[in-house]
Amino acid sequence: MKYKSQKVAYWFFALSMLLLSLQLIYGFIMGFAHIGYDNLHDIIPFNTARAVHTNLLVVWLLSGFMGAAYYIIPEEAENELVSVKWAYIQLISLAIVGVIAIVGYHFNYWEGRKFLEIPRPLDWLVVLNVLTFLGLILATLFRGKKKTTTSLVLTMGLVFAALLYLPGMIWFDNQTMDSFFRWWVVHLWVEGVWELIMGGILAFLLIKLTGVDREVIEKWLYVIVGLTFISGILGTGHHYYFIGTPKYWLIIGGIFSAMEPLAFLGMALFAVAMYRKGEKKHPNKIALMWTLGTAILSFVGAGLLGLAHTLPQVNLWTHGTLVTAMHGHLAFWGAYGMIVLAIISYTMPNLTGRKLYDSSKGLLAFWLSNIGMIGMTTAFAAAGVAQVYLNRIMGLDFGDSQNEIQVHFIILILCATLFTIGIAMFIIEFIKYGRPNNETLNNH
Amino acid sequence: MLSKSQARTFFLGGTVLSFLVFLGLSWHSLSKEVPKQTHEENLTPEVVRGKHLWDSNNCMGCHTIFGEGAYYAPELTKVVERRGDEYIKAVLKSPIPWSPRGRKMVAYNFSDTEVNDLLAFLKWTGGVDLNGFPPKPKYKTSINN
Ligand code: HEC
Ligand code: HEM
Ligand code: HEM
Ligand SMILES: [Fe+2]
Repeated sequence: MKYKSQKVAYWFFALSMLLLSLQLIYGFIMGFAHIGYDNLHDIIPFNTARAVHTNLLVVWLLSGFMGAAYYIIPEEAENELVSVKWAYIQLISLAIVGVIAIVGYHFNYWEGRKFLEIPRPLDWLVVLNVLTFLGLILATLFRGKKKTTTSLVLTMGLVFAALLYLPGMIWFDNQTMDSFFRWWVVHLWVEGVWELIMGGILAFLLIKLTGVDREVIEKWLYVIVGLTFISGILGTGHHYYFIGTPKYWLIIGGIFSAMEPLAFLGMALFAVAMYRKGEKKHPNKIALMWTLGTAILSFVGAGLLGLAHTLPQVNLWTHGTLVTAMHGHLAFWGAYGMIVLAIISYTMPNLTGRKLYDSSKGLLAFWLSNIGMIGMTTAFAAAGVAQVYLNRIMGLDFGDSQNEIQVHFIILILCATLFTIGIAMFIIEFIKYGRPNNETLNNH
Repeated sequence: MLSKSQARTFFLGGTVLSFLVFLGLSWHSLSKEVPKQTHEENLTPEVVRGKHLWDSNNCMGCHTIFGEGAYYAPELTKVVERRGDEYIKAVLKSPIPWSPRGRKMVAYNFSDTEVNDLLAFLKWTGGVDLNGFPPKPKYKTSINN
């Protein structure tokens, strides 16, 4: 750690881990509901569990990204964070808005627009919160000594992510228009600007962990984020096939979204190539595993499993089925879950001075969570494909088709248990590291 | 070999160009085509109130509409055509959780006006031109999604 203010990152990571654990609990509630055990229906109906599950996901990832930015930006810009006090205020207000939203979902207080369930009044608090965050990051960056490509790409991702939240706040009476702009948030986040955030964090980690020259890494970073936007922006069209929008989106969305995996392929090749090229001297092997892991699994989950249903001929049949849930899980985990765990694994020894990076528990956490998640993805895939055949192609009633595919959800729950054990171990390690302190200043 | 500044130009140029094309197409879709495809003239006050009920109760947290939402309960885009008015009224008015095949819906116990509004909304969605979605099952003549 080089700057005292980097310690703020720790608390964002801690919040992130707390929310992740809660997310999994709600995942199990839904998993059990799918096999007929919806015993909590009266207090936590399925739609509550789902809104909580996905919103906690988004907030733990954002909290992780913010922590990453509070660690990376001072180090790259060579400048203390402009105000540590405001960073803590921002942290606490983020937690408070999150809690109000989650509690509200248990009392029918929400907006029922998938992923954007937060009611409009709370949206304004989110906006204030994010403005505070961006203000701190931008001021630190521009008053700093250096503006590296890595920090610029990361910051650009964060700024665009904030801007793209706004179209999701407009009111529409027409469901099609509503949906149209919902995708400006959801799609342009995960298949656009969040990839900049991921790319920025990935580049930072590769520079630190492999020792390869910054100029080389940052050049490829530009190529990758270039590919992201060229394919991803018009690729939004893959959500405009069947929602009441004109037919030309079938062609445009089909072609451009089919190119989106290139950016993820680029990310995977880039990480592996830099690892090969590097000196392999850094002792933090666990951070390296998460770093390479995120580059590779994001290609599988987002790239390959996205490609699997992105052509309109296929999507006509799979649209809005469990096939989508299959892809959603591995994509979110591989790209964004793992990059957050990678930056946490890298920074914890630097923040706390404890070098727990060759514990067997850390390794087990990596393997159990990943094997568990791949198993869950496979279970969703089997359920999804069966659903498409039974319900969409054979014409069985939805409810009857769901009863036929219950067995896959038993497998899902078993794999989710493995996954959860892995995450539990990661969090135990996190706790064992203890609090950040100043002992490690300049020792990184 | 590609230099860093060429790489940056590729990134910035590609982004700006793609975004402009995207904005143009979005403008064209929303101003020219969507009003026709969705029959905006049919967006009566009932439909709009129905959409509001749809949102404020998060029906999308169990169901899909236009294929968007959750995968726990049936797709509702063509539900009026599939089940008819009376069936849907019974579902929405049910004082106990509606559960014909095991899974439970929330017992909303809606009033008559609320039921009419939701029904109007569902009818409107059924009339939107979705480019062929939901597809007709290959082995049965009824729409059964
Ligand atoms: C907790 C989950 C849940 C929520 C929330 C929910 N539903 Fe349902 N809904 C169901 C289930 C389960 C069924 C029964 C499916 C079956 O027949 O197997 C159902 C059935 C229906 C049906 C009949 C569909 C058919 O094809 O038979 C309609 C119409 C409907 N719901 C409308 C709504 C509306 C409108 C809302 C919001 C006000 C809503 N539902 C909220 C779970 C839910
Ligand atoms: C890390 C990046 C990605 C993440 C986190 C992600 C996540 C998701 C999620 C959560 C959904 C469901 C959204 C909803 O219905 O509201 C979805 C849908 C979809 N994704 Fe991705 N995705 C990613 C990348 C990709 C890529 C690269 C492709 C294409 C190659 C793709 C293709 C699709 C398609 C076609 C759908 C629509 C599914 C449907 O019709 O129901 N995704 N994605
Ligand atoms: C304990 C582990 C987990 C279980 C049992 C679980 C289960 C589920 C279930 C049953 C759904 C709802 C599908 C439906 O609508 O019927 C769901 C949705 C979702 N979950 Fe999980 N989940 C778990 C962990 C995770 C993790 C770790 C992530 C992300 C990294 C994640 C991301 C998502 C997303 C993005 C959706 C929405 C998908 C869509 O709309 O297509 N889940 N989950
Ligand atoms: Fe997308």
